[in-house]
Amino acid sequence: MTSQALLRVQHLRVEIPTRRGVLLALDDVSFAIAPGEILGFVGESGAGKSLTGMAILGLLDPPGRVASGEIWLGERRIDTLSQREMRLIRGKQIGAVFQDPLMSLNPLLQIGDQLIESIRTHLPLSHEQATARALELMRAVGIPAPEARFTAYPHQFSGGMRQRIVIALALCAQPLLIVADEPTTALDVSIQAQVLHLLKSLCREQGTAMLLVTHDMGVIAETADRVAVMYAGRIVEIGPVADVIKAPVHPYTRGLMGAIPSLVPVTGPLAQIDGAMPRLNARPDGCAFHPRCPAATAQCRAQSPGLETRHGRQVACWVTQASQEAA
Amino acid sequence: MTDIALQVSDLQRHFPVGQSLLRAALGGTAQSIRAVEGVGFNIQRGQTFSLVGESGCGKSTLARLVAGLDTPTGGKVRFSDAGKTGHRIQMIFQDPYASLNPRYRVGTAIAEPIRFQKLLPEAAVLPRVHELLRQVGLAAADATKFPHEFSGGQRQRVSIARALAGNPTFLVCDEPTSALDVSVQAQILNLLRQLQAELGLTCLFISHNLAVINYVSHDVGVMYLGRLVEVAPTRVLFEAPKHPYTQMLLAALPRLDTRRREKPPIMGEIPSPLAPPSGCAFHPRCPHANARCQSELPTLQDAPDGSSIACHAVAEGRIPVPLFP
Amino acid sequence: MMDQAPAGLLVPAPSVWHRFLDSDFVFSFRQSPTAIVAAAVLLLFVLVALLAPWIAPQNPFDPTALELINSRIPPAWLEGGQARFPLGTDGQGRDLLSVLMFGLRISLLVSFCATLFALAVGVTLGLISGYAGGRIDNLIMRLADMQLSFPTILVALLIDGLSRALLPRSVHEQLALWVVVFAIGISTWVQYARTVRGATLVEKTKDYVHAARLIGMGPLRILFKHVLPNVLGPVLVIATLSLGLGILTEATLSFLGLGVPPTSPSLGTLIRIGNEVLFSGEWWVTVMPGACLVVLVLAINLLGDWLRDVFNPKLK
Repeated sequence: MTSQALLRVQHLRVEIPTRRGVLLALDDVSFAIAPGEILGFVGESGAGKSLTGMAILGLLDPPGRVASGEIWLGERRIDTLSQREMRLIRGKQIGAVFQDPLMSLNPLLQIGDQLIESIRTHLPLSHEQATARALELMRAVGIPAPEARFTAYPHQFSGGMRQRIVIALALCAQPLLIVADEPTTALDVSIQAQVLHLLKSLCREQGTAMLLVTHDMGVIAETADRVAVMYAGRIVEIGPVADVIKAPVHPYTRGLMGAIPSLVPVTGPLAQIDGAMPRLNARPDGCAFHPRCPAATAQCRAQSPGLETRHGRQVACWVTQASQEAA
Repeated sequence: MTDIALQVSDLQRHFPVGQSLLRAALGGTAQSIRAVEGVGFNIQRGQTFSLVGESGCGKSTLARLVAGLDTPTGGKVRFSDAGKTGHRIQMIFQDPYASLNPRYRVGTAIAEPIRFQKLLPEAAVLPRVHELLRQVGLAAADATKFPHEFSGGQRQRVSIARALAGNPTFLVCDEPTSALDVSVQAQILNLLRQLQAELGLTCLFISHNLAVINYVSHDVGVMYLGRLVEVAPTRVLFEAPKHPYTQMLLAALPRLDTRRREKPPIMGEIPSPLAPPSGCAFHPRCPHANARCQSELPTLQDAPDGSSIACHAVAEGRIPVPLFP
Repeated sequence: MMDQAPAGLLVPAPSVWHRFLDSDFVFSFRQSPTAIVAAAVLLLFVLVALLAPWIAPQNPFDPTALELINSRIPPAWLEGGQARFPLGTDGQGRDLLSVLMFGLRISLLVSFCATLFALAVGVTLGLISGYAGGRIDNLIMRLADMQLSFPTILVALLIDGLSRALLPRSVHEQLALWVVVFAIGISTWVQYARTVRGATLVEKTKDYVHAARLIGMGPLRILFKHVLPNVLGPVLVIATLSLGLGILTEATLSFLGLGVPPTSPSLGTLIRIGNEVLFSGEWWVTVMPGACLVVLVLAINLLGDWLRDVFNPKLK
């Protein structure tokens, strides 16, 4: 299977040196994305999901750095590339969609010009060919009357429209992989549904894989094929979406699913996980979740569990592993 | 006999948009944003009424009007306890990072409503602050800390403690959990429910998140571009939504148990509040719109199951009501 | 139910002093050699100025202590100099070092008071302007704009000249120092007002201000209890840099003969006096106060620059 994987991340470790010591932001993160697959990364703030996306894109904010581990895109290792080489990969092979469209769009340039610039950077097209392609892209992402809006500026579009343009930019060079970091969080619910649908159908059409980072489990349920649940810089559970959501194994995933309010009649308080995710400078020893876990044992307090495969998914937990073995 | 704590009638808040003196001199009409237009509802004592809607619908403006932080340009906000001693309104805000003064210790911030309104003698203030901290799930020792030493969820708890310190009878909650993670949100929602039950507070709850609304409310009002389009008891709204916009909102919600959507969701964007469509503001996006919808503004009509809907299509019986399990 | 670190990580809360020492502010101070040197120099100057009446080798204002025979002595390291007068003496036999100390005292006093005055006026007007908005805001900002179209020196000259013309001579003699303070202060309040107004506009939209309004707090009380502590950061930077500018302005005025009265000479006055004898070869009478002025203002500016960088969130 791994020989077919489009993206392979192995034992990724990201550190942030500060004046009070080195903070461990990502700890031993390993996963793979197959071509055309949508992998969701879900977790709460500070879990490290955005950092994973940034590390893959080569956009970690200094002083953060990749301390160890490997990132492979196809047959090529990309975490050791220079900034210049990485710039060629970004856009052509890996596209990006961020939460705030104004981060990706230059407010002083017309939309059409930005699209053409992106297209011609990665594809050997003439100006006319690039213009035609840009219009085609705008149509594909659902912008009405693209010829008229070609010369408009970003601020003249609504939030949903801007995000569509960002998606068009990300897809213009037909990349193999898109890293989407909270692409719909800033949008209204009705627009969010449209944009997610668009992202997903475009990826399916072009066979583009996607790393979808979000805190919203509902978005994952609608969009992703597989999901990785992150907690305090580690993946605690990773598997097919339907399985993880319907039958979560890891205690944190179970707690998370129970805490999400739904539309069914209310019968009692929401299941809550007491406490909060530890800050980077206060990580407990052993399993990072043990202070909040109802089933923590001595081993949990001492040793950090690795990802173990069982029943078609991977879980990092001593307790469930033990009960599994006992069964 | 129902006991109404708050009555809002025909409430209106317009914001004038500046224009050049020249244009005004030449006789151009002043533009204004109609953030809240003709809104009316009642809240029963001890119950929670929620307002839900997307950006630009006016729910936050409405919250400020009810709390008294803003004055309406028309209509009335009438508390049945107004003028009586003990009638106090408090508010919980959305942004946990802006709702506490960064220079004040948390205990001082919580004590401020007590001291300023002279609710207790000075000797009783500190014990009360400790009691409040415990009530919201923090420790008495936290009173000497500064806001930046707390996480977002903990800051919201402090904000709740500060709101309770003012001994309110009416609480306005403006998106109190929107900035929080899911697991923290669950803690805060559980806390709010528990406190309301214990203290018998009447509550106006604002949110854009329908699932959260389901969890905390007795009644719900759906807003679109400054107007109420549907008002109903919570179960009625979620099981039998009638207004096309409500139906669209519910259909657009990402659901955990969903099989993948085959048809794309309803297109269209929220119109600019500066140039609202004529007649019913939702008609450009509505699959049931007819000529009357384009020209005539619908008003809230009562339905037999306790909901009120402002829609010509519903009044004329043209819409089937899908049932949401 | 409590969001706390696990039990093993609980430590007693550090005191306010320890928290300050451990803060980012002190840390970046320690990292910056420029800031440390500048602060040390400034501290030295301030101490000398404060203690001048006690540590000056000679009281230059006491006519009985002066002897004409001691006049025009060059600094100690030159030929003809004496160890008793390390920086030399002036035409009346006054020890230049002592005169410098007292001059420094006046310069610092005037500038410090002027800065304080400008700060008080500017911050108050800025707070009111930002919070009230509307016509009051317009009025105050237009006043500020008018003020800015006059150069500082011109304003100071105007006020100084007016006071000389309007007040009887003896009264003016007594008040001259405070006239200068007023003149300099009134020409520099605008930058405080503008900065504070901007910061107030931001803070007033924050929810903790709404929370204070909800319990019925009046606007003035909210302004001074809630908003003011949060807008003071940049004010500190402006004040530090203003201090340097104030010293220079006062020196300019005194050099032109319009500043402090000659009975309490500042560094500027000394430069003027020395200027008259510059070309007869007694360069030390004007250069020493000049050098002192330069070092003082340089130290203040360097410290102010460092402060500005510390408070700039974008540099973090």
